[in-house]
Amino acid sequence: MCLAVPGQVKQIFEANGTRMGRVNFGGIEKDVCLAYMPDIAIGDYTIVHVGFAITKVDEEAAHKTLALFRELGMLDEEFGEERPVEEEANHEVPH
Amino acid sequence: MKYLTEYGDGEIAQKLAHEIRQITTRPWALMEVCGGQTHSIIRNGIDQLLPPEIELIHGPGCPVCVTPLGLIDQALEIAAQPGVIFCSFGDMLRVPGSTKDLFRVKSEGADVRVVYSPLDAVNIARQSPERQVVFFGIGFETTAPANAMAVKMARQQGLKNFSMLVSHVLVPPAIEAIMTSPGNRVQAFLAAGHVCSVMGYWQYPPLAARHGVPIVITGFEPLDVMDGIRRAVAQLESGRNEVENAYERAVNFDGNGTAQQILNEVFEVTDRAWRGIGVIPKSGWSLQPAYREFDAAYRFSVTDIQTCESTLCHSGEVLQGRLKPNQCPAFGKECTPRKPLGATMVSSEGACAAYYNYGRFLNISAAN
Ligand code: SF4
Repeated sequence: MCLAVPGQVKQIFEANGTRMGRVNFGGIEKDVCLAYMPDIAIGDYTIVHVGFAITKVDEEAAHKTLALFRELGMLDEEFGEERPVEEEANHEVPH
Repeated sequence: MKYLTEYGDGEIAQKLAHEIRQITTRPWALMEVCGGQTHSIIRNGIDQLLPPEIELIHGPGCPVCVTPLGLIDQALEIAAQPGVIFCSFGDMLRVPGSTKDLFRVKSEGADVRVVYSPLDAVNIARQSPERQVVFFGIGFETTAPANAMAVKMARQQGLKNFSMLVSHVLVPPAIEAIMTSPGNRVQAFLAAGHVCSVMGYWQYPPLAARHGVPIVITGFEPLDVMDGIRRAVAQLESGRNEVENAYERAVNFDGNGTAQQILNEVFEVTDRAWRGIGVIPKSGWSLQPAYREFDAAYRFSVTDIQTCESTLCHSGEVLQGRLKPNQCPAFGKECTPRKPLGATMVSSEGACAAYYNYGRFLNISAAN
């Protein structure tokens, strides 16, 4: 139950007086309650937990962190001795 | 998908691991609070990438695991009442109560339904006015906004047949309890990212200062977890004890203000028993008096139930980081995800299930 998954807002509408959105999760679309995200707009990424959007994914911060990670490697070139890991893309983001 | 695969990059994971090895000079014990992080660590083999000095202690952050036995027994009793539709997140169904689980009650004829969201339960209530619909409202601060909204909507829609059995738990009091418990070994915390998406992290600086413990807000993808560990170790090595946000793309200091407002309106802080751990003061939420009519524990007169925990199960020690799951004698033998003795073997976020599901620890347990 604890999964929270990022997805992209495709549509925003109202149902029973509540702000709702159609959110795309890597190809699967679901209706999600946007009551807690009054400012979210179509095209934004959001993290969804048990049918509710709880936060917006800050794209700038996402890129900044990745750039920082990549830089880590630039400072340190000698990974010859390290064995590569086979990463399984984790498609679930728990809470 | 965007922001998932990027944060699973194996090459960068190696770089972060290298960095961690470089800065580590002595043994440190870190606790990842959230079961979702435990799951990510075991699934992605992050523990195997770390230098031997770094020990990860798996925290109690699995709501399915810590929901008190008495409440599971109450749920079983309510679910078995005629006319009730009992709705729950799927992983609660196999959590052992004193004598059975919800799955068993369902097979005995009770109307137990798995829902994805508490709003599904509200919809069922609207569509079945002649039935009593009860939702099992468990979870940490991440799940609480959804449950609070479900109760609010039930009131707005004038539903008289919807109620919630509430057992919410809170992270900061659990950190406090761990730090003050005798024999505590935890020296730094990886705090649960999505809890902080909702709550922000303004609650943590006093905790970090009071206990001299670094707290790093950490996400769930492999690189997020590695970076959380890297930052925690860097703090420990340099003698700092700060609150750091390593999950900036989804967490800010204040959190989700709209959600916090509704949470305060619907819930009040209460003492809460954690399964396997005991009562932690002010560590949970229950419904405010103004919403008591939606409290299933009030609506259904559930008797004072005598609980009975399996004597074989050591989940309390596992949840407090005193025992690794594979050190439990029943692990993989009497206790498996198909026949769990304790709640930590049920949910995929439970430490015992994470150890079992990825297989790596089964031989170790046999060898012991
Ligand atoms: S392996 Fe099973 S019996 Fe042992 S602590 Fe975990 S849940 Fe309990």
